[in-house]
Amino acid sequence: MCLAIPTQIVAIDEQHTATVTLGGVERRISLVMTPEAQVGDYVLVHTGYAIAVLDPDEAQASLEAFAALAAIQEELDQPADEIY
Amino acid sequence: MKYIDEFRDPALARNVIAQIQHDAAARGGARPIRLMEFCGGHTHAISRFGLRELLAPAIELRSGPGCPVCVTASADLDRAIALADAPGVILATFGDMVRVPGSAGTLYDARGRGADVRIVYSPLDALEIARRNPQRPVVFLGVGFETTAPGIAAALLQAEAEALPNFSVLSLHKLTPPAMRAILDAGEVALDGIIGPGHVSAVSGSAAWDFLPREYAIPCAVAGFEPLDILSAIGALVQAVVEGKPAVINTYARGVRPEGNRVAQQLLAQVFAVGPADWRGFGAIPASGLALCETFAHRNAALRFPVAVTPAREPPGCRCGDVLRGVIAPPECALFRRVCSPRNPTGPCMVSAEGACAAYFQFERLDVETFERSNVSTGA
Repeated sequence: MCLAIPTQIVAIDEQHTATVTLGGVERRISLVMTPEAQVGDYVLVHTGYAIAVLDPDEAQASLEAFAALAAIQEELDQPADEIY
Repeated sequence: MKYIDEFRDPALARNVIAQIQHDAAARGGARPIRLMEFCGGHTHAISRFGLRELLAPAIELRSGPGCPVCVTASADLDRAIALADAPGVILATFGDMVRVPGSAGTLYDARGRGADVRIVYSPLDALEIARRNPQRPVVFLGVGFETTAPGIAAALLQAEAEALPNFSVLSLHKLTPPAMRAILDAGEVALDGIIGPGHVSAVSGSAAWDFLPREYAIPCAVAGFEPLDILSAIGALVQAVVEGKPAVINTYARGVRPEGNRVAQQLLAQVFAVGPADWRGFGAIPASGLALCETFAHRNAALRFPVAVTPAREPPGCRCGDVLRGVIAPPECALFRRVCSPRNPTGPCMVSAEGACAAYFQFERLDVETFERSNVSTGA
């Protein structure tokens, strides 16, 4: 029920309704809860409404944290690899 | 950036899992670190991506009450079905609701005997039905948490703006923090941390969970729904447990702000009034329900269409209530897989896509014996 899908806004009309593509189907969704949303933004869509505009910087920061963890892990794994 | 595939990278996931297991081993302890995923969407993702199995036995993930369809009380469902049976009424609701068994059948059964029950994707679709059928009352059966309720509020305000007299709402909306409190207050299951619901928190804000570390000394990590999101939340919780520093950690910062979505909160405040609500498995929880406020009494289907219902009956043997309170895992129910299946569900947790029983049935490979053994060894 609380499923919300990240999807990109293709167009916004004068009633503040956005056109998005969901699973290959074009749908119109309401931006009443995210008045700041712009064309090109990714939003979380839930039951026909955008409930949040996704923050690309925060997403990038999370992915970089995962990459950093991977680098640490690799370093830790190194000596073990040499033994075998 | 498409916000999906990047957060499903298996190599990165393996690293996070290794880190979690390393941290959990450092803690030691007689039983696994037990975390509750509040949200049914998380339950589904955890099962689908096999995370429960990957993290066992160091981490145990216990499903919570975060499935709105599942926690709908039988009596409320019976009332909705009786309303659907009222002559002339068109009852619109989300797909999951129509197959949930009430005391005597489902909304789907009601449709079979002639009731006009329609499945919609959005409350805005129900509004469109009302526009096209001006001579008939259209009732939207509103079920859902903080994520869903603002959309119903917006649809109702739209009906006001258009002066659509035939649109009303039967609100069974519920708030999530009171249920979390009820579980912790009851103390039936010992929990070390909570995976906070991501899309509820997109509306209510991660700060809505501040009471967990403050009042219960338990950490909460707000999580997104991709495997890396869930794993990083679990990693953050394990770290908080090991260090003994409970806090709210927002691991879904791309979608969740501490203050949440103010516009959505405003919609809730404008349309609903907080009051008690009945939850399956819990009974009445104070200040956990969203009823329409008095200003919109003329849109309140419960007042417009009073229906008489007999006292509700729960399906015999069904342990959905215990599953929803996190007291048992689905395979511990005697009906699971033997009698109750998605094709022939006894209780709502097997019906809804977010129900824990449906998720376990569809995806989990651990068999009943494994669960029983692990419970003996952990003393759960």
